[in-house]
Amino acid sequence: MAEKRKKKLGIKQRYSMLTRGLGWDTTYQDMDKVFPYDNYEGIIIHDWEGWEDPFRLTMDAYWKFQSEKEKKLYAVIDSFAQNNGHLGITDARYVNALKLFLTGVSPLEYQAARGFTHVGRQFRGVGPRVACQMQAIDELRHVQTQIHSMSHYNKYFDGLHSAPHMHDRVWYLSVPKSFFDDARTAGPFEFLTSISFAFEYVLTNLLFVPFMSGAAFNGDMATVTFGFSAQSDEARHMTLGLEVIKFMLEQDERNIPIVQRWMDKWFWRGTRMLALVAMMMDYMLPKRVMSWREAWDIYFTEAGGALFADLARYGIKPPKYADIATKEAEHISHQAWHIFYNYTHAAAFHTWVPGKEELDWLSEKYPTTFDKYYRPRLEYLDKEEKAGRRFYNDTLPMLCQVCQIPMGFTDMDDPTTISFEVSEYNGDKYHTCSLGCKDIFDYEPAKYVQAWLPVHQIYQGNCGGAEVPDVLKWYNFNLGADNLEYNGSPDQKLWDEWQAHRKKA
Amino acid sequence: MSRVVSITLQNNDDARPIIEAIEKDNPEATVNIYPGMVKIDCEGRLIIKQETVEELLGREWDVQELHLSIISMGGNVDEEDDYFELSWNL
Repeated sequence: MAEKRKKKLGIKQRYSMLTRGLGWDTTYQDMDKVFPYDNYEGIIIHDWEGWEDPFRLTMDAYWKFQSEKEKKLYAVIDSFAQNNGHLGITDARYVNALKLFLTGVSPLEYQAARGFTHVGRQFRGVGPRVACQMQAIDELRHVQTQIHSMSHYNKYFDGLHSAPHMHDRVWYLSVPKSFFDDARTAGPFEFLTSISFAFEYVLTNLLFVPFMSGAAFNGDMATVTFGFSAQSDEARHMTLGLEVIKFMLEQDERNIPIVQRWMDKWFWRGTRMLALVAMMMDYMLPKRVMSWREAWDIYFTEAGGALFADLARYGIKPPKYADIATKEAEHISHQAWHIFYNYTHAAAFHTWVPGKEELDWLSEKYPTTFDKYYRPRLEYLDKEEKAGRRFYNDTLPMLCQVCQIPMGFTDMDDPTTISFEVSEYNGDKYHTCSLGCKDIFDYEPAKYVQAWLPVHQIYQGNCGGAEVPDVLKWYNFNLGADNLEYNGSPDQKLWDEWQAHRKKA
Repeated sequence: MSRVVSITLQNNDDARPIIEAIEKDNPEATVNIYPGMVKIDCEGRLIIKQETVEELLGREWDVQELHLSIISMGGNVDEEDDYFELSWNL
């Protein structure tokens, strides 16, 4: 490559011209009035020029690369639908992970688009503004491509027909929904710390990387392709998360305790939400790539360890309760699956007891905990189901006031005792599932007492009626198809017919 | 404390020359192959050189084409016209 075409400007200059070069300070109106939200959180910024955007992607290059990604993705989605790609997945149980994804995760992409559109207007610095605006467009692309990819499964499988409606109403979907509601109602710097740093940088790898690899392993071409296409944007989002942290910490040392508190809060909220992903990885992938425990070790203990070692020079410590979260990696997927096994009559996806080989795999991956605490329980439930007594829990669970997960998680040092904490505020008692959630509540009780807790709302009569079927209709569930045990479901029947045809052929 | 930087790329035709270039320019790197993707870890720093990728590819390669293949990464980013580097401050 001796004769290279010389670009007129280097990447750094080009980026600078097309971001900073296009900004200006307002003179007719006070800058504080034009950007009213970027200083009330207590974050002190002396010099917005100190912002370094690591990926120097200008708008023209952005459109070029994004359109190329879209072309590749839509070629795959189209061919997947045209060629009946759903027949190539390992097992119909796998589709239940997609149901949870489409109702629980895809609407978050839309929430992210809204959040980044908002903060992309509110920062007076041009660098973060451009990065947030690009990310807002990315997030909109993610929700659209996810709906397009998964719409093919909706032609054949139950529970995929009403994702946005369900996201706003269904009890377990209030876990991811409230996470983003909490972030979007915070100030712009806290929003970036929550979504860009704690979620995108520290935790999304656990959702998008091993799970998508799992989709590849289970023959789901459509999901792998949208997953990795989204993730290619995610790499850029991660750098925004790391940059906003470094920027705040470098600008003024008074920012350090604020940033630390946000990190502690959002790390904990994020790990709580990822309990859903833990269960998807350990229980819902018929062919498994790695256990939740292994994913945690790679993406939190190792990658997060290197990250927090790097931030130590600013006086930042690893998130509070990271040790508890690491202990939880042994238990959380099993406990979360058990909660859904109890309440699958009120969920828009099926649950089941894993087969013997799958139980053996879990025993091998969790040698000190699975056989001791979880395998006997699953084997008991299996026996009951086979005897025609499939267990469903008919009372509604108490929910954590902060993460909104049913209070079924245990003390991590004593996995036979349910963990719960109590706080008092204005004469009322509020319950949380852990010290992490209690700290969050106690710091901003006036915010969290307003939580829309699905179980409370049901009991108050705000969710369609007094009986469980009334509530499920209000959720827009097709009763007897979307919910209940996998064995005996219409999904299973259809899948078994397809397999029988295959054998005949 | 381990100070591993990491990059994860798709395991496809676009990414293969990049993966090969990384192996060539970072002899200490560990390549982990998973379904659909390749995760490359390296202690302290990892560099992708435009020149090496272009040699393997036999055409001009814009470093920003990396955006089409990247899945995830860990480390501070330094992006220039002729290289892309990840590092932790040692």
